[in-house]
Amino acid sequence: MPTVSMTVNGKQVSADVEPNTLLVTFIRENLRLTGTHVGCDTSQCGACVVHVDGNSAKSCTMLAVQAEGAEITTIEGLAKGSDLHPMQKSFQENHGLQCGFCTTGMIMTAVDMVNKQDNLDDASIRKGLEGNICRCTGYQNIVKSVKAAAQEMEG
Amino acid sequence: MTTETGIGASVRRKEDKRFIIGKGRYLDDITKPGQTYGYFVRSPHAHAKINNFDATEALNAPGVVAVLTGPDLEADGIGPIICGWGITSKDGTPHKAPAHPALAIGHVRYVGHQVALVVGETLQEAKNAAELVEIDYEELPHVVEVGDALAEGAPQIHADVPGNLSFDWELGDKAAAEQAISNAHHVTRMDLRNNRVIPNAMEPRAALSEYDMGTDEITLYTTSQNPHVHRLVLSAFNGVAPEHKLRVIAPDVGGGFGSKIFIYSEETVCAWATKKLNRPIKWTAERSEAFLSDAHGRDHETHAEMAFDSYGKILGLKVSTKANVGCYLSTFASAVPTYLYGTLLNGQYTMPAIYVEVQAGFTNTAPVDAYRGAGRPEATYVVERMIEIGAREMGIDPGEIRKRNFIAPDAYPYETPVIMTYDSGNYALAMDKAQEAIEYQGFEARKAESAQRGKLRGIGYSSFIEACGIAPSAAVGSLGAGVGLWESAQVRFNPTGSVTVFTGSHSHGQGHETTFAQIISDQLGVPIDQVEISHGDTGKVPFGMGTYGSRSLAVGGSAIVKAVDKIVEKSKKIAAHTLEASVEDIEHAHGVFSVAGTDKKMTMAEIAFSAYVPHNYPADVEPGMDETAFYDPLNFTFPAGTHIAEVEIDPETGTTEILDWVAVDDFGNVINPMIVEGQVHGGLAQGIGQALLENCVYDKESGQLLTGSYMDYCMPRADDLPTFRVQTINTPCTTNPLGVKGCGEAGAIAAPAALMNAITNALGKEIDMPATPEKVWRAAQDL
Repeated sequence: MPTVSMTVNGKQVSADVEPNTLLVTFIRENLRLTGTHVGCDTSQCGACVVHVDGNSAKSCTMLAVQAEGAEITTIEGLAKGSDLHPMQKSFQENHGLQCGFCTTGMIMTAVDMVNKQDNLDDASIRKGLEGNICRCTGYQNIVKSVKAAAQEMEG
Repeated sequence: MTTETGIGASVRRKEDKRFIIGKGRYLDDITKPGQTYGYFVRSPHAHAKINNFDATEALNAPGVVAVLTGPDLEADGIGPIICGWGITSKDGTPHKAPAHPALAIGHVRYVGHQVALVVGETLQEAKNAAELVEIDYEELPHVVEVGDALAEGAPQIHADVPGNLSFDWELGDKAAAEQAISNAHHVTRMDLRNNRVIPNAMEPRAALSEYDMGTDEITLYTTSQNPHVHRLVLSAFNGVAPEHKLRVIAPDVGGGFGSKIFIYSEETVCAWATKKLNRPIKWTAERSEAFLSDAHGRDHETHAEMAFDSYGKILGLKVSTKANVGCYLSTFASAVPTYLYGTLLNGQYTMPAIYVEVQAGFTNTAPVDAYRGAGRPEATYVVERMIEIGAREMGIDPGEIRKRNFIAPDAYPYETPVIMTYDSGNYALAMDKAQEAIEYQGFEARKAESAQRGKLRGIGYSSFIEACGIAPSAAVGSLGAGVGLWESAQVRFNPTGSVTVFTGSHSHGQGHETTFAQIISDQLGVPIDQVEISHGDTGKVPFGMGTYGSRSLAVGGSAIVKAVDKIVEKSKKIAAHTLEASVEDIEHAHGVFSVAGTDKKMTMAEIAFSAYVPHNYPADVEPGMDETAFYDPLNFTFPAGTHIAEVEIDPETGTTEILDWVAVDDFGNVINPMIVEGQVHGGLAQGIGQALLENCVYDKESGQLLTGSYMDYCMPRADDLPTFRVQTINTPCTTNPLGVKGCGEAGAIAAPAALMNAITNALGKEIDMPATPEKVWRAAQDL
């Protein structure tokens, strides 16, 4: 079994894994960081989105060994201690979640979107969320959450 | 009194914290020491005989703990999967529900049918071994469409169900409906297809079972909307364990939409196998498995005839529906196309005569059962398409024809010809507000403007009604339900004044931890952060019937109110004793108990403390402040409203853009407007999904599920949907203490008809759901 090492939420981690282990499996099973979810088996739903070297990525589309040496941030690493990220706060403030299952991937996608794009309007937010499926909210309050957080993050 | 955290306030959700930081606890997030992994061997065929099953090689594979089959279940006396609602056919015979063993015995009857459970030390080992199981299948003829299944000469799916007919049910007055039709000024006749959809809660179904040899207790963690119902059925019918030795825990559940009500094969098998193997077993459905084996929704073929007089007044409605129930009757499958469907065909209108007949047919497809709305979307689709088409045919404005037929606001209680008694409503008010919001008067000008750009603009109404707050036990019992549909609540004050509420309702996204806490905060003056809502564990919650049918607030919330009433009654006695007054003189408001006409008072917290430290306490009152109540509703509740959709079609590409959506819903009193709006948004997305994007397709030729992944089954995504404009009117329900009606399903019920009315209005011709670009393009191009 190959050994894989990476930095996850600022912590150096290392483990022996089967070569076919997906990054999401490594995160959930080896590291027990269960905030990253698996909602499908075709890389369509986005419940597993994390940040890899500062870019959002579906962690079911990568092998753990492909993340060798990478800097990974999962939902658990987004807040600074008990100080929530503006995107997290905004989802709560704007009722951007219901069952919560897609929420963590949705937040990780949204943070990356706001980091990379300025002046997001509803249409571009909706476009940017195209890779994340939510079955509960009808997306309206997610869009509202992202927009409000974008305003705060761009400050 | 509306306080910041009381009834009527948009309190931010208490449960959100754990979800936004990744600390939700969904099924697959839980692990147990010594846990094994289950993987199901499934049928690749739509219909086949199992000639031979050989697991020798699989059992010798690395890490394999066991391979378990239907005969193993049978040998252990595990009973088949049941249907919990008995339907009686026209001829007085009971519905036919062929035996449904949790793992196939002898035959497989749909693609994805569970044949064996392979248990491995790791998931990979279980999956690898599953590939080594050798099954000799002899393929048999199959049928996937209900119309085909019920036709002469169709392949026979179950030996004991001739013609694949589970039941042939009717409701209403056939002679009266036929007479209305034969005497009518105008009759609208339509064939309508309510397409089959797949629920797709984002958390797939899963189970984790664990056996404790010391106590002989089985614990089943499962993705359930109703853990006590799971416990009851698994004990009483499947015989997995006695009820007191089975604990069912539904932790955070990632959406349900009906699909997690039912008692499925996989969960049943896991609950049984853990004791057999004396190892914890975890099974988590892959999305492909969810597509194949979750209960699907809708799937009706309907012919309807609506009779009108010359003024557009409805004289009668006659409906004949063929309902696809899949290969077996799922837990509530028989109730969905009957008592949850036929009883709502009256809509919001005065209809002198209604007759409905429903033939339920077995097919070689996954079971079909309740999906958000369950029968009521199908009913609304029939009524609201028929009245709209009738209006077009008669040249009456679609809003106007509805107004001419609305039940008047002073006509309640209103008894329909299909055994429902509506308690309250104001349908014309919702219509007026919806027309005003969408600026209906300006539509023709907007349509002309679209036409100038070569686009087709359409507008469509849906004035829906639903029966929620499911349901009065005596009523549903008389109609065939095998259970009562009450709810329980336990309100426990802790000595320090905080409160824990144990509710039999189950939240899988609905926000009960907030809404229910608002009720306590409002009525007993407890700060909302001092209220904890506990749900989803049969080991903690006294009893419960769970969450579906928009029942949690109307039934579960009412149970909480009843428990609060007991708390107040007891508290008055304690206050009277302490304040040296008579009980009759104690007045209560929001957790303050005062002696009438004096400034003497005690707070709820002081009383709770006194109940646990009863040093100065009335002799005839028990210590403690912990009350349980069961609430059985007096009637269904009847949320209703009008939705108006406005669309623009590009005839060159067939794409439909939803330009505007106005929803005016009457949910009775509203506890948390923010949550209610969110529920409407979500329901709309699912209803729009059904009408525009989603379609479950089985290949007629092969019986394979063609739409078995998110690559093939089109889920609504953020850029498919518009910004909804949602408002409520509030005529309180008269039959429950909170005056609430329920809001969870309204969007899914209202949306398909509104959208199809808008699209067909734009096209000037009929098409069936889903209105995919190809279908719309063909219609627009007159192909």
